[in-house]
Formats: sequence, structure tokens, C-alpha cells
Amino acid sequence: MTTETLEKPDINAILERHPDAGRDALIPLLQEVQEAFGFLSRESVVAIGRHLGLPASKIYGVATFYNQFRFQPLGRYHVQVCRGTACHVKGSFNVLTALKQALKVEAGQTTRDGLFSLEVVACLGACGLAPVITVNGEFFAGVTPAKVDKIIRDFRKEAEAS
Amino acid sequence: MVQMEINKRPFEAQEGETILDVVRRAGITVPTLCHIEGLTPTGACRVCVVEVEGMPGLVPSCSYPVAQGMKIYTHSPRAIRARKTIIELLLADHPDDCLYCVRNNRCDLQGLAADLGVRTQHYGGEKSAYREDVSSPAIIRDPNKCILCGKCVRVCEEIQGVSAIDFIGRGSRAHIGTAFDEGLNVSSCVNCGQCILVCPTGALSERSYVKEVLEALNNPDLTVVVSHAPSVSVTLGEEFGLPAGTDVDGIMCAALRQIGCDYVFDTAFTADLTIMEEGSELVHRIKNGGALPMLTSCSPGWIKFVEEFYPDLLDNLSTCKSPQQMMGAVIKSFFAERMGLDPKRIFSVSIMPCTAKKFEAARPEMMHEGETPDVDAVLTTRELARLFRMRGMDLKTMEPETADTPFGERTTAGKIFGASGGVMEAAIRSAYMLITGEELGDLNVKAVRGLEGRKEARLNINGLDVGVAVVSGLGNAAKLLDEIRAGRNDLHFVEVMTCPGGCIAGGGQPLDTDLTSVQARLRALYQLDETETKRTSHSNEWVQRLYREYLGAPLGEKSHHLLHTHYAKREVLL
Repeated sequence: MTTETLEKPDINAILERHPDAGRDALIPLLQEVQEAFGFLSRESVVAIGRHLGLPASKIYGVATFYNQFRFQPLGRYHVQVCRGTACHVKGSFNVLTALKQALKVEAGQTTRDGLFSLEVVACLGACGLAPVITVNGEFFAGVTPAKVDKIIRDFRKEAEAS
Repeated sequence: MVQMEINKRPFEAQEGETILDVVRRAGITVPTLCHIEGLTPTGACRVCVVEVEGMPGLVPSCSYPVAQGMKIYTHSPRAIRARKTIIELLLADHPDDCLYCVRNNRCDLQGLAADLGVRTQHYGGEKSAYREDVSSPAIIRDPNKCILCGKCVRVCEEIQGVSAIDFIGRGSRAHIGTAFDEGLNVSSCVNCGQCILVCPTGALSERSYVKEVLEALNNPDLTVVVSHAPSVSVTLGEEFGLPAGTDVDGIMCAALRQIGCDYVFDTAFTADLTIMEEGSELVHRIKNGGALPMLTSCSPGWIKFVEEFYPDLLDNLSTCKSPQQMMGAVIKSFFAERMGLDPKRIFSVSIMPCTAKKFEAARPEMMHEGETPDVDAVLTTRELARLFRMRGMDLKTMEPETADTPFGERTTAGKIFGASGGVMEAAIRSAYMLITGEELGDLNVKAVRGLEGRKEARLNINGLDVGVAVVSGLGNAAKLLDEIRAGRNDLHFVEVMTCPGGCIAGGGQPLDTDLTSVQARLRALYQLDETETKRTSHSNEWVQRLYREYLGAPLGEKSHHLLHTHYAKREVLL
């Protein structure tokens, strides 16, 4: 690990790297900030707005247009649900519903205890294993609503144990 | 010049004009739900589509420029069918609760559905379910009724430079919201209500205090004291079918008494009082090296704007409360004492052209002895009209009455507060007197009158060179403030009104507010100024008595306590 990644990310340092950025630089800047922080905080959005001369409402509007931006930090366990065609045919809608119920969050949100974040993705490229979800990159194949409950329970236990 | 044809008749147009401009000039109405005169056309609603010969599809007339030889059919069967389908699709995701909607009978969507003969529901399916935003003391947002025309977004950004709201999300989840979908109350919204005036549906409305006022009127323990703002008397009539610019001052007084108000005052009285305080403050600042230019503080949307966007200029804001709050303060102090009333048993109501006044009345700075608000409820011109209709007041046949003493007397200097430039002109008339001890020879200060976004003038008062500027619309104000921030130092006094044109175009005024009606209202105010004899605030006899019997002198200790305040930097998501 380099020293740079160990340091706490600094929004001003990121903005200083783009002294002449205009409004057309908004999306790349949002991507860079999310890359560094894992999400777009209010403070970041306001700072970006000040830097580019854009109101926060407009930035939020642009950012919510795209699925890639999130406004809450990732959970300790980041759950991705595939909603691609193959997974859909094999019942991923019910898997997503089960996850929302188990975690009590909507897609794009993080549970209050910061343990889980839920994200919908278009395709994970593992159609043969459909329906598929990943947790921190670990694949779970042939997921059903019943399996969802067990997967979440297991991770909760793991978190409690540590 | 461009030669073209509209509905088979030859027509001439200027290069660069849009089809809609030309068609309207030809006396043909093409409907639109998203067009705002003078602002960027977006073509969002598609209701204005027309057929152009040779074009494969219909074109949105609001954003399509005319061209040589163009043959336009504004009401071809295809165009009409398209418009009707658009309205049907909008209605498919719109609550069917017109009867209970604040905009019932005043709704553009409803009107178009009727005009186009929509009689059946062809499209069904799931409807959006958003939560109403009731967080603001001034403005209610119901995204379920929103048709995403974007007019509110454009007014907020292009006219006011506030950008509290924008399009959030995408596709079927797109909606209008604030940054992070927070409530309006914690956003940068300044409560001006210009968005309500342009909203084609009931998605935006003022927070109504009609119920609270009715309850107070029905409560025998309360003395209801009402005060109406300078501009309201020249706009209220429109709600009752009178031509724009009709002054219904006396009739409004009579109607307010009939519905049970115990005392009727005129906020133009405290506009005169404001001039005495603010004029003295200006002279004091000039003589003692205070922060200049002094910025007016009558317009509560503007105050919040400074708190949020220009906190470094807060010292430049006049410390004077607005006429509404001065009225509230003298009602609950001087008036209560004089009449032997407990201030807690007085219910003071303001009739305002303004939604931001609702926010202002609820500010912690505006409490009587830190306990009850100086102004208990604020009704917009629209709400007053609703109240009058509810109580069967027929403004067309009522006999006029005069306002009550002690706060019913006003001069026309206070009255012209209702228009952009009015505060400045009234201030100049009295400041001249304060500095020279003589009356200004010609009381007409025409350089500061009119609806332009910025007016500037230089005056010579006894050898003192004074620079003044008048701006209305916060976008215009921001440009001037940027110049001041950058070091411009030739100005002494700046009047700012939140709404373009001033209170006569305020966010609480009748919904049909447009350039023609605003011009008529403006003429009405200056007509009064031209015909009446008392034209300077310092000649208001009750203002003088109030100083003699209670306040002492302008900027004195009592004035300072009751009529002045300070504002602080406000943290919101900008």
C-alpha cells in the first residue's frame, strides 16, 4: 500500500488539481471525488459547486441522473445485485426485493449501522450462475430469497464476532 | 424579413423569431405549459407542437425559429391530436383530485384538458407517489401534481439566481427537488414565490394561513388587527374581475371590517415610518463613516439571499425592520398600551403581496418581547381573495371606507413602496429634508421609476454627491453586489426588491400576473402619487405623533429596540 492511499482523502487537494475546471468538468470531478471518498458527501458537493460555480441542486440533479454516483458511504459489506437479463429471467427481482426487506434500505443506500450497502448493477458477467449477487466481490450463485436471508445473517454474525 | 405562411395566410416575421412568437403575433393561440416569456425555451412540454409542411415530425413552436417560405399549420388534426395525447399522458400520472386542489379552476393543465376535449382516461397504470414538502413556512410543494415543465427551475435560476431546486433523478423517477432532496426549509430557497406564479398546476402553492385567521376572527377573546401592504390595493381587484391597476383600497378596508377584523391599518404607514428610520440611518452612515452603500431591508427574500450568498455584505444591510415587522412591533407595543390590550390577546394579520413575508413573520428576530410573534399570520393577496369569496364579499358593489387610526394614515411615499424604485424615491424625498431642512423642489425622481432590472442615478443634495441604485430580481441584485464586492464605491444607497418589478409582481399576487398587469399596477401607484397631496413620509402626521408620544426620535433608544434588528450568516446547501 502506498502512503497516499493511507491518508484521509482531501476534497480541496482534489479540486486544486483542477484549477481551471469549468462546468463541463463536473462529471469527471464527481467520479474522482467518489473514487477517493467512496461516495459524494454534502460537503464534497458544496465544495465542488463552489469550485465550478454551480449550485448544489444542479450537481445533485446531475449526479442522481447516473446510477454510478452514491450519496452514502459504502457499508462494510457492499452487496451488488445483478439485474441483467439472465438474472432477471431467473428471478433476480425477487432477490432484490428480499434484500431490500432484509436490509431495510433501497438500492443505493447504506444501512444505518453502516454494515451493508446495496447496489443494483446491470450485469456481473456471470450469467451461468444466475441469479447472482456479490458481497465485497465474493460471488453467490443461484440466489433465492431464502438464501438471501442466510447470506445476510452469516455476514451479520461475522461482523458481531469481530 | 422572412416570408412565411400561417394556416394558409401569408405572414412576415423577423429572422430569429420563434414560430410561437410569430403565431401569437398573428392572433392565434397555441397552448404551452412550459414557456416563459424572455427565458430560455426548453421545449419540455411539447404542447406547443405545430405542423410544418415538409417536416417529417411536428415541431415545438416555442423553441423553433421561423425560416423563409415556412408553411405552418397550428391547428391541423395531427397537431391537435398530439396535444391531446400529451395532456392525456400527463393526466395519467396526475392525481384526479381537482375539486380539492388549491388551483382548481386556475390550473393550466385542467384548462387545456377542457379546451382539448379530454373526456375519457385512455392511459392508466401506476402513478408516482411522492411526499408533499410542507417543511417551508411559505411554500408548499406537491411533486405528485408536477408535470416537469421546469418553469420553477428556470425562474429560480435565471431570474433569481438562487437555484434552490432542479431536476433530480431520471426517467419515470425524475422530479423537481432541492439538493439531496431535503425540505425547502433547509435549502437556499428564499421563499419569494416566483415559482408559484409560473407553475401551471397545483404543484406549488403558498402555505395558507386562512384557517388560522378564520379561527382568530371567530375567537371573541382575540382582537384581530389587520394591515395591508401598499401594493395589495392595486392588485386585489383582479381576483374579482376588475381591470388590472384598479385601486380597491377603501373597499378592501370595508370588506376586512365586514369579515370581522377589529382594526384595519395600512402598512404604508409603517413604510413612512421605515423611511424616517432608514433615511436617518443613511444620513448617519454617510456622516459617521458607516458601511456604504447601505442596502434596503424591506424585502425578506432578499434578506435571506444576503444571509446565504453575500454574508460579507451583512453590515451594509440597513438595520431597519421591514414595514410589515415595524407594523407588528408598534401594534403589539404602542397600540396595545394605548388601547389597554394584552399583546398576547392581539392577533395581528398582514395582507402581503409576498410569500417570503410568511417566513419573515416567523423569524426569531421578530418576536414581541421574545414571546409571541409581532405578526401572527400573513395572508397573500390570493389568500385574502379566497377569504373574501368564502365570506361572500362583493367588491364590485361595496362602499369604500377608510382605515383606522392610529396606523391608517399614509402618504403616497409609503404607497409607492409597492413598486421597484418606490422606497428609493420616498427615501430621497425625506433624506433631502433631513439633510437640508427644506423640501425637495421637484418630488418626482423619475430616474428610479420603471420596471427595468437596474436603475441608477446621481443626486446632488446641498453639495453632497449621492449615488443611488435600484435593482429588482435577485439575479440583477447579485450582479450589482458582485460589482460592490469587486470594489465599486460610488454608491451610497441601494434599493433591492426580490421580485422583478417589486411587490406589484410579488409571489403572493394574483396568478395572472404578467407584464401587462404589472405595468397597469405600476401606473396605478404613481397615479395616486400624482393626484394626492401628502407625498413625503415626514409629512405623515401620525408618524410625527408616534415619535412625539412614544418613540422619541428616529434611531432613538425605543426605535432601536422596536424597529431595528440584525441578521447573521445562514448555512444552507448552496
